[in-house]
Amino acid sequence: MYDFAYHKPTNLADAAKLIGAKKDGRLLAGGQTLLPTMKQRLAQPSDLVDLAGVAELRGIKAEGGGVTVGAMTTHYAAHTSPELRKAIKALAKLAGGIGDPAVRNRGTLGGSIANADPAADYPAALVGLGATVNTNQRKIAADDFFKGLFETALKPGEIVLSVSFPAPKRAAYRKFANPASRYAIVGVFVAETANGVRVAVTGAGPKVFRATALEQALAKKFAPESLAGASVPAAGLNSDLHASAEYRAHLIGVMAKRAVAAALK
Amino acid sequence: MATNGIGAAVRRREDYRFLTGGGTYTDDIDRPGQVYAAFVRSPHAHARIKGVDKASALKVKGVVAVLTGADVAADKIGGLPCGWLIHSKDGSPMKEPPHPILAADRVRYVGDALAVVIADSLAAAKDGAQALKVDYQPLPAVASIAAAERAGAQTVHDDVPGNQCYDWHLGDKAAVDAAFAKAAHVTKLDIVNNRLIPNAMEPRAAIGEFDRATDSYTLYTTTQNPHVIRLLMCAFVLQLPESKVRVVAPDVGGGFGSKIFHYAEEAVLTWAAKKIGKPIKWTSDRAEAFLTDAHGRDHVTKAELALDKSGKFLAMRVATKANMGAYLSTFASSVPTYLYATLLAGQYTTPVIYAEVKSVFTNTTPVDAYRGAGRPEATYVVERLVEMAARELKIDPAEIRRRNFITQFPYQTPVALAYDTGNYEATLGEALKVADYAGYAKRRDASKAKGKLRGVGFACYIEACGIAPSAVAGALGARAGLYETATVRFHPTGTVTVLTGSHAHGQGHETTFAQVVAEKLGVAYEAVEIVHGDTGRIPFGMGTYGSRSLAVGGTALAKACDKIVAKGKKVAAHLLEAAETDIEFKNGKFSVAGTDKGVGIGEVAFACYVPHKFPIDKVEPGLEESAFYDPANFTFPAGSYICEVEVDADTGTVEIQSFVACDDFGNIVNPLIVEGQVHGGLTQGIGQALTEGCVYAADGQLLSGSFMDYAMPRADHVPSYKVSTKVTPCTHNALGVKGCGEAGAIGAPAALMNAITDALAPLGVRDFQMPATPLRVWQAIQAARGSKLAAD
Repeated sequence: MYDFAYHKPTNLADAAKLIGAKKDGRLLAGGQTLLPTMKQRLAQPSDLVDLAGVAELRGIKAEGGGVTVGAMTTHYAAHTSPELRKAIKALAKLAGGIGDPAVRNRGTLGGSIANADPAADYPAALVGLGATVNTNQRKIAADDFFKGLFETALKPGEIVLSVSFPAPKRAAYRKFANPASRYAIVGVFVAETANGVRVAVTGAGPKVFRATALEQALAKKFAPESLAGASVPAAGLNSDLHASAEYRAHLIGVMAKRAVAAALK
Repeated sequence: MATNGIGAAVRRREDYRFLTGGGTYTDDIDRPGQVYAAFVRSPHAHARIKGVDKASALKVKGVVAVLTGADVAADKIGGLPCGWLIHSKDGSPMKEPPHPILAADRVRYVGDALAVVIADSLAAAKDGAQALKVDYQPLPAVASIAAAERAGAQTVHDDVPGNQCYDWHLGDKAAVDAAFAKAAHVTKLDIVNNRLIPNAMEPRAAIGEFDRATDSYTLYTTTQNPHVIRLLMCAFVLQLPESKVRVVAPDVGGGFGSKIFHYAEEAVLTWAAKKIGKPIKWTSDRAEAFLTDAHGRDHVTKAELALDKSGKFLAMRVATKANMGAYLSTFASSVPTYLYATLLAGQYTTPVIYAEVKSVFTNTTPVDAYRGAGRPEATYVVERLVEMAARELKIDPAEIRRRNFITQFPYQTPVALAYDTGNYEATLGEALKVADYAGYAKRRDASKAKGKLRGVGFACYIEACGIAPSAVAGALGARAGLYETATVRFHPTGTVTVLTGSHAHGQGHETTFAQVVAEKLGVAYEAVEIVHGDTGRIPFGMGTYGSRSLAVGGTALAKACDKIVAKGKKVAAHLLEAAETDIEFKNGKFSVAGTDKGVGIGEVAFACYVPHKFPIDKVEPGLEESAFYDPANFTFPAGSYICEVEVDADTGTVEIQSFVACDDFGNIVNPLIVEGQVHGGLTQGIGQALTEGCVYAADGQLLSGSFMDYAMPRADHVPSYKVSTKVTPCTHNALGVKGCGEAGAIGAPAALMNAITDALAPLGVRDFQMPATPLRVWQAIQAARGSKLAAD
């Protein structure tokens, strides 16, 4: 790890001021990606602005048929929140399946989506539910938030405050985990929402994406059998040691079917 | 049985300190004035070193020294030696290219060290290592056996044409060819035994220290055999008198073979400690461990089994290619030869066997012994072939094995080994019972009803442990003796310290060896202390590997105990005023036969140290005895494993439904520890078959270089094991023990792959290679479907 300066502001305004003033500064949420990267000397921030003391970033609030989750909410807190479980059970369950207990007790919603790991679980929920990302500058629709591999719509110094998830009629997430890292090789979040069926896929491509062919198939009838014959093309999907693009394309279909079946239970 | 003696399921006494953070591992040791080392390692699989600019690192704050391959050469430091000489078919010795402790002109794998930066903090050492400017001229790399063997391939070493280390064989080729010509059936398999990265929980670490006042060195290191390291480092590398070097292996957090070998870092730190006059510590991080701990396995094999029409084995023919990596590690050459081909008879009476083994150099991390070392590879060949033959001939897999079991002992195999004893029917019979093999069809149908494919697989393994009769090993090329030593030291007040040449790095010797002493000498288990891992305290030792500690080290200990009793009888006779021949020893008491007169061993020990009433004309004072034991033969643990799996054909996921192991380890000193060893071994074997795959890119970059890409087996990969034992005592050591440390890793891969291929057989899958990751299983199913479609 290289040397860096550490700051721990206690309110949002100070945090925004600090991160704006540091050229190579990074915001520190749960640190589950940033800190290992720094330990391996793959990242060299001049400053870390720790958000752990910023009260505005905490809390889970059910409101208007949806739920707003603070950016610094740990995966563990999300998983065990009665409000979240009541409002969107699939989301609470997804949080309980991220990483391992150590990761879940440190990692946060805001950190996860700002990092935009292509195999992270939360992005599937955001896109699958049509969520809105609230920052200290604006509101960003999930469909517009994830731009590419570790790339989001966030501007330098912009801080994620919370994410607002509309409650779906029904939803479920199914993940096929990488045998080594346990990140999603393919994760599929399906939701029947007020605005139609949404199917979001993580792990399979350079960023989370909506499987429109599967959405159309499910729009006719939200049932596993509707997906027979529908598929996502392998072209453009990731191919690595653990899964070829063809295998990923196949798994998207399998996980989607299983997610739909789970949502209907 | 004595309380907590042989056979008692005593809980491991060392676990208290391990589980409460009280262990002392190498990295826990800090020496006064200590500085830190970081090694500069090649990022290229193969490159010429055109220049190293020391000044670039020396100007980093805190850096004390930079030493390079040129410094090593200038000091005439020797290369790392290989401990086993193999001769090729044509009688020529294997190629042993130099293995410098720091590369001077060429680096040959990613991770090959070419310099060490020493600094007053670890961070400064790392900064310095990063700052060191090295001018590399990249060369083409050969990263696989196939690439290394290609015509016109880049050579890893200039003086090794074709990259071939040796071309060795064993067995009667003509007899095997003749048997194949007459066979009613021949089963053929192409087998890849996948390369593994060991990943002991504790990474390697070392501290080199030099004492100017006494002109002597101390090396603390994570090794399984401190005396062997001292011998190799002093005699071959640093040319130091062994009397001036102490090697300490404190608590070591797992080895699995990867800590047998003499590594460059040990010699570099010892050498550098004198040069800079300060103790130097180095601790590998996990990324470094992936690149530099010797890897395991990596064989490519063509195997054939000839059978008559009743399923009787007539002959076996095996051609194996083994990857040595970039240099010969300490025992690399022996693993695919004498530890492999000699095991190809398995549990069967196959009358003739021929094996040829070619080993090659590649631009990859050196490969050496890893839990089982050659024997898992052999078992995998034999047991996959046997099960495939059973399928092809439509004979029940248990039945085909029974038709070929060796039942008469001793048994001379056609591949050099002579099995002293065994009862293969007993372990198979028990495993079949525990596995409820009779009820298998019902379970298969139940799996089918829920959309899963069920399969069952067997493995009846044998291994050769307790390596080895020194004369035999020497005749086969070993450059060391393979005895073990023990010293039993009674203290005046009756407690006992044992100095053993074996080394424990997770095996529980401190418990089991104390049980042996409690049993043999009738002293309280708690009164026995086991000391190991320090050349400054232990007379000598060959260390721990190949499941040899109890069979060889334990036998040395038993012999030393016998000597204690023999001396004790003389002393007791004097104390009891009886003839020595009338003295009997039992349960810690010397007594005069046929009387109630007796004296306890504690009183005898006291008399030995306070010899007021003592047969001083016949025996010396003191009660301490040492023994060296050179084994008469290998031991031959064997067993039967039965595995049942369910495969989800939609995703390719394999779930192990049950795993039954019935082993014959001979007599058992501590059943609790044996069970733990079997669990660990099985899990490692399952890891090889299911999850672990070391992958190099064609340019020699390690793609599976972290736990993000290299999948160790986890708790949810393995079932609740059903393990049991049958006992046929070893006939040639005093304890009748055989060894249990590697069995699970040897037998599990074949059982699991046999089960998976059985499950997939209805889909037309014949075979595919380990590890059976979901991707590979799915691809095997797709390929079978594809060829089925093509055929239709």
